[in-house]
Amino acid sequence: MAPTQSALELRGLTKRFDRPAVDRLDLTVRTGEFYALLGPNGAGKTTTLRMVAGLLRPDAGSVSVTGIDALSDPVAAKQVTAWVSDEPMIYDKLTPLEYLEFVAGLWAIEPSFAEASARELLVSLGLEANMHERCEGFSKGMRQKVALAGALVHDPRLIILDEPLTGLDAVSARHVKGLLGERVRGGCTVIMTTHILEVAERMADRIGVISSGKLVAEGTLAELRQQNGRGDTSLEDMFIALVDHEAAAA
Amino acid sequence: MTTAALSWFARHEIRLAWREWLAMMTGGRRGRRRAMIVGLLVFGVLLHIPAYAVIGRYATLHAPLDKQTLIVVTATILLAWALMLSQAIESVTRVFYARADLDLIMSSPVALTRVFSIRLASIALSVTAMAMLLATPFVDVLMFGGGLRWLAVYGVVIAIGLSAAAIAIAVTILLFRTIGPQRTRLVAQIVAAVIGAGFVIALQIAAILSYGTLSRFAVLTSDATAAFAPGPDSMLWWPARAAFGDGEALSLLLATGLLLLGVVMASLSAGFADTAARASAGTASARRASRARSFRTGSRQQALRRKELVLLGRDPWLLSQSLMQLLYLVPPAVLLWRSFSDSSIGIVLITPVIVMAAGQLAGGLGWLTISGEDAPDLVRTSPLPPSSLIRAKIEVVLLVIGALFAPLVLALMFASPEQAAVTAAGVAVAAASATAIQLWFRVQARRSQFRRRQTSSRLATFAEAFSSIGWAATSALALSIPHAALVSGLMTAAILAATWKLSPQRD
Repeated sequence: MAPTQSALELRGLTKRFDRPAVDRLDLTVRTGEFYALLGPNGAGKTTTLRMVAGLLRPDAGSVSVTGIDALSDPVAAKQVTAWVSDEPMIYDKLTPLEYLEFVAGLWAIEPSFAEASARELLVSLGLEANMHERCEGFSKGMRQKVALAGALVHDPRLIILDEPLTGLDAVSARHVKGLLGERVRGGCTVIMTTHILEVAERMADRIGVISSGKLVAEGTLAELRQQNGRGDTSLEDMFIALVDHEAAAA
Repeated sequence: MTTAALSWFARHEIRLAWREWLAMMTGGRRGRRRAMIVGLLVFGVLLHIPAYAVIGRYATLHAPLDKQTLIVVTATILLAWALMLSQAIESVTRVFYARADLDLIMSSPVALTRVFSIRLASIALSVTAMAMLLATPFVDVLMFGGGLRWLAVYGVVIAIGLSAAAIAIAVTILLFRTIGPQRTRLVAQIVAAVIGAGFVIALQIAAILSYGTLSRFAVLTSDATAAFAPGPDSMLWWPARAAFGDGEALSLLLATGLLLLGVVMASLSAGFADTAARASAGTASARRASRARSFRTGSRQQALRRKELVLLGRDPWLLSQSLMQLLYLVPPAVLLWRSFSDSSIGIVLITPVIVMAAGQLAGGLGWLTISGEDAPDLVRTSPLPPSSLIRAKIEVVLLVIGALFAPLVLALMFASPEQAAVTAAGVAVAAASATAIQLWFRVQARRSQFRRRQTSSRLATFAEAFSSIGWAATSALALSIPHAALVSGLMTAAILAATWKLSPQRD
């Protein structure tokens, strides 16, 4: 595999349902970058990420994950990718540790390494006391943390997160943000959708704003401010202005 | 709470019960209502045929009844009561665990005792209404042949419905208080399954042990049972006498049912609120720990198979259903054991029973492993080709079926190697067919939706039933009339082929 600067490259990505959900989208996320994908409800964020994760087949376009063509070799692309949705999907009848063992098994991670990593993750997410309890009685926040640990246990190069902070309390959210920050510093790439603009403002290296399936703005916070001609405006104000402008143009 | 408010709550409860039933029948799709009504009407009309075959000859019977008739009628009513009790236990458990309105009701300014009394009464009403609906074709047949006096059967149905609901409520609340909310859910499911099947199975075992036949009527109509039964004035015959139009017996039976339900409601509705609260809190707080051990080595497929096996082992539905399937296998197993000593030809009957059970169980297992995936995104984003994922899941179904049925086939080998070979082939084909149907009609669902799996595709449900019956018949015929087995096998294969043709298109 040739070395690449991009962890993710989307070219002309298109998906239609009854109307275009993602419309000839071009997007590049660099290796080791924390990328926040923002947009109003129904803008096409989740559809885009589901196509990247291999959960949806695009109608047209290409998806390259760390240089691997994800459409022609999905298994290789999935080996280096992790996906966490806003609705944590875990097995009620498994314990967090059993769940992570299953995930490690699916990604063929060496068991002793996986076990050490799993225990470390559960401790850092505040689930140490619950690691041998079945997940059936867990709160949504706890379930989300288990799902997140599952995404990290196989040491992915690209982590795709769709609203990962939904349902988390302030302390848990801080744990998760800390863990993601650590991974990015270790060279991992994170692409995340969120409606909590403050998180994007604080954590993201670059921000992309998507509306009606198209990328309408992209850059660092400073670049976005420059593009919008407002030096001191908040991300929230810029986001609303961008989305309103696109809605009016449509 | 005023009387008007109470009657409003009663209407609310009946509406909820009606909508739950409707959702179960239509799979929650409005467009299916008309088809469901037509289907139910057709089913109701068709049910008159077996009803006539079973009960038609009794329509002209009049009281006083001889002892053997009293025994057969009483046993039939007892069987209906056991089935109603089984359904009532399930309904009560569902009210505790599945209704999302307990918090709302308990935080509202109403007298909980009264509200829960209404809820208990509505359970009794829904159980009785369902039983009356199912009894209608039988009553029609009896009235057609014997006149309006048979309307008394509805009275018996109401009386036994009330008593079954009362016992179910008492049993479930007792289970809550003795073993706690977490275990009650599992135990109640098992109790419901065992009660439903237990009565018939016990009669069959008695028949085999005494007469070497699977027919339960052999015991009921025997001289030994008649000699053991009490005299004609016994309370035991009230239900039978009531069904034959004895007004006094019917009044006493109805009064007993009402009294029983009244006593249960009066004594337990106050505690019902507390029990309901513990049930809803219990599901959130009581967490079960599992034994800690090191991560295991193995391939990706092995990891998937291991996960499926662990989940199947921890599935309460599966435990209760497997127990029921195994219970159904007890009579043929007893027959097998007897045949060693007297080479009875009845042993041939074992093969279709085993094949049928294997097909049915494989259908359930197939749904749980193939469609009932609680973490679909995780599995689909894992680095495994979809074909490997499906193969691993199918392997689990066949592995479990093999493990459950291999001992029976092995035991059969000692009695008849030829029959063992036919049975093994039948089990394999029936299990493979049921799994294939689940594969063709797979839909993404949570494992907890298992109860409603039939509503997602009626075609798949019927195909699964016909396939199991077809392969069971083919196996039985292979042992007795091989040429007919070929025809039966081809017909079953044709059903499967047609099912495959009609299954949804897949990517």
